[in-house]
Amino acid sequence: MTLTELANPTRFLALTAKLLPWLAAASAILLAIGLYQSATAPDDYQQGATVKIMFIHVPNAWLSMFVWGVMSVAALGTLVWRHPLADVAAKSAAPIGAAFTFLALVTGSLWGRPMWGTYWEWDARLTSVLILFLMYLGLMALWRAVEDPSRAARAAAVLTLVGAINIPVIKFSVDWWNTLHQPASVLRMDGSTLDRAFLIPLLVMALAFTLLFVTLLLAAMRNEILRRRVRTARILEAGRAAA
Amino acid sequence: MRLSGRGVKCVRGGREVFSNLDFEVSSGEVLAVTGHNGSGKTSLLRLIAGLLIPARGTILLEKGEAELTLAEQAHYLGHRDALKPALSVGENIAFWRDFLGGETSDAGDSLAAVGLDHAADLPAAYLSAGQRRRLSLARLLAVGRPVWLLDEPAAALDAAGQELFSRLMHGHLAQGGLIVAATHGPLGIEARELRMGGPS
Amino acid sequence: MTALAALVRRDIRMALRVGGGALIGVLFFLSVVVLMPFAVGPDLKLLARLGPAILWLGALLASLLTLDRLFMADHEDGSLDLIVMSRSPLELACAAKALAHWIAAGLPLIVATPVLGLLLDLDLLSTSAVALTLLAGTPALTFTGMIGAALAVTLQRGGLLLAVLVLPLSIPVLIFGVAASEAAISGPRTFGAPFLILCALSLISFVIGPFAAAASLRQGLD
Repeated sequence: MTLTELANPTRFLALTAKLLPWLAAASAILLAIGLYQSATAPDDYQQGATVKIMFIHVPNAWLSMFVWGVMSVAALGTLVWRHPLADVAAKSAAPIGAAFTFLALVTGSLWGRPMWGTYWEWDARLTSVLILFLMYLGLMALWRAVEDPSRAARAAAVLTLVGAINIPVIKFSVDWWNTLHQPASVLRMDGSTLDRAFLIPLLVMALAFTLLFVTLLLAAMRNEILRRRVRTARILEAGRAAA
Repeated sequence: MRLSGRGVKCVRGGREVFSNLDFEVSSGEVLAVTGHNGSGKTSLLRLIAGLLIPARGTILLEKGEAELTLAEQAHYLGHRDALKPALSVGENIAFWRDFLGGETSDAGDSLAAVGLDHAADLPAAYLSAGQRRRLSLARLLAVGRPVWLLDEPAAALDAAGQELFSRLMHGHLAQGGLIVAATHGPLGIEARELRMGGPS
Repeated sequence: MTALAALVRRDIRMALRVGGGALIGVLFFLSVVVLMPFAVGPDLKLLARLGPAILWLGALLASLLTLDRLFMADHEDGSLDLIVMSRSPLELACAAKALAHWIAAGLPLIVATPVLGLLLDLDLLSTSAVALTLLAGTPALTFTGMIGAALAVTLQRGGLLLAVLVLPLSIPVLIFGVAASEAAISGPRTFGAPFLILCALSLISFVIGPFAAAASLRQGLD
């Protein structure tokens, strides 16, 4: 099935109706395995049991960026290829991305509590994620500000792409700002030195969360398509001449 | 009830729009205000509505409700329709009924009277220009004030809408109301004419 | 009373619907507070000391930002004409609009304060002190800001002009708001005196705001 065939919303609805239960089941199973493995993973010799927050935190942080990437592709789809499902995908992805980013922030600050003694430290990574969260909220506000989704789509697409270009710049500036003020963060984990006992559950969790995202995105897209159909039906209803 | 103006002068933005204007209209009558663009039709309506202050002269409503001012007994239907696109049709009408004090009328009835009852739950943003006009007419009914001040009321109405509008006006006059309407075309009702400005 | 209740209900409803500005104010508040550490540095001790001031400045700017449309939207679509012709006094209608605006745009700021306090490393006592002073002080911001919003309508200019008109008027609120929160956090002055003055400022604004706004709306009709 090619991309153009998928472009038909009706066909998309039919396909996803068949696909969604399998995806949901797969992400549930994977999540269960991942959670079991993380629970049985050994404690860190420095951080103790708190290291287990990592298994939730890192997948969320990874998704917070991945979702923006998905939205950027969708934004290109809206602006360049005018794919009819692109803005549906972009609009549905924004709240999900914001939720993952929010979870990354919450788990990050819960992890920081025993490390730093406060829930919040203006650590370079956390701060970047916070700014990303603000950008998600701004994007959602933009979607909400305009009633007609096709008009909001182009504005949101431009903002998404500008954001995609700007996120590395912001990340770099925050790192620079942070090192200007304090030595490198306490929370330094080099992925390469991560023990296998941690690495495997982490990868499973990352995969599970990504599957979860795909499931949620498809479900949200179905809702958005149906919502737009309801809207069109209501406009037609309003235009119906009085009996 | 009798609405009258004596020697009314209107100045807007330092420019005299009209002066020494006399008019009179009683219960059950329509005053059609005609004249070319810029002759002050809208200004006159806004003077009567109390939204402008006359530079000279007086505008009086006799035998109305003694405790209320003229503006509080009048409803002004202007170019701008005072409808909120984010609210539903029913919410729009119910708000103005509650806020402008129509005690008796049911919002649903006034919507039905203009043929918009099927759209009561839809956002006002979905309405066409003609339907918005009909909704404004429904507000006239829902608010239920005796003096109607209408600025180009028939604009954007189709033939059926015009017919409906003249039926509403007849009903209002029969209940002892009076109407002042600024208009270019025929109102679809017998009216006394007030010609603004010189011949042009 | 039903008339004014209807006005309050309508304004709150619109603020929460599509295109309404209620939550954008909170987002702006959040952004302003997040920007501060980038200007002053990530030192938590310093931020905790500046915290009440940062939160108050953020709340002040956020409530100003959303005031812009208080009368402008009603003016543009002709609703204001009908509000003037209502049987309830224009002063009360203005007060009702300001109340609705405060509920839809001011209260969320106060609700957001504890979260932002966390970012600035304020402890529970400091955060509740700031939230309490905001609760007492933001009505004054809304009700004095309303005067500027009414003037902006009459002059057909919005946005920055409003800010320039209203910011000087809100200086007393800022002074006593920050003073009361800092007194609660670090002493040595008492919390009571500046807090009571803050409440007094709000009460005064309940009277002056609606009258001044109504007067300027009446003057500016055309």
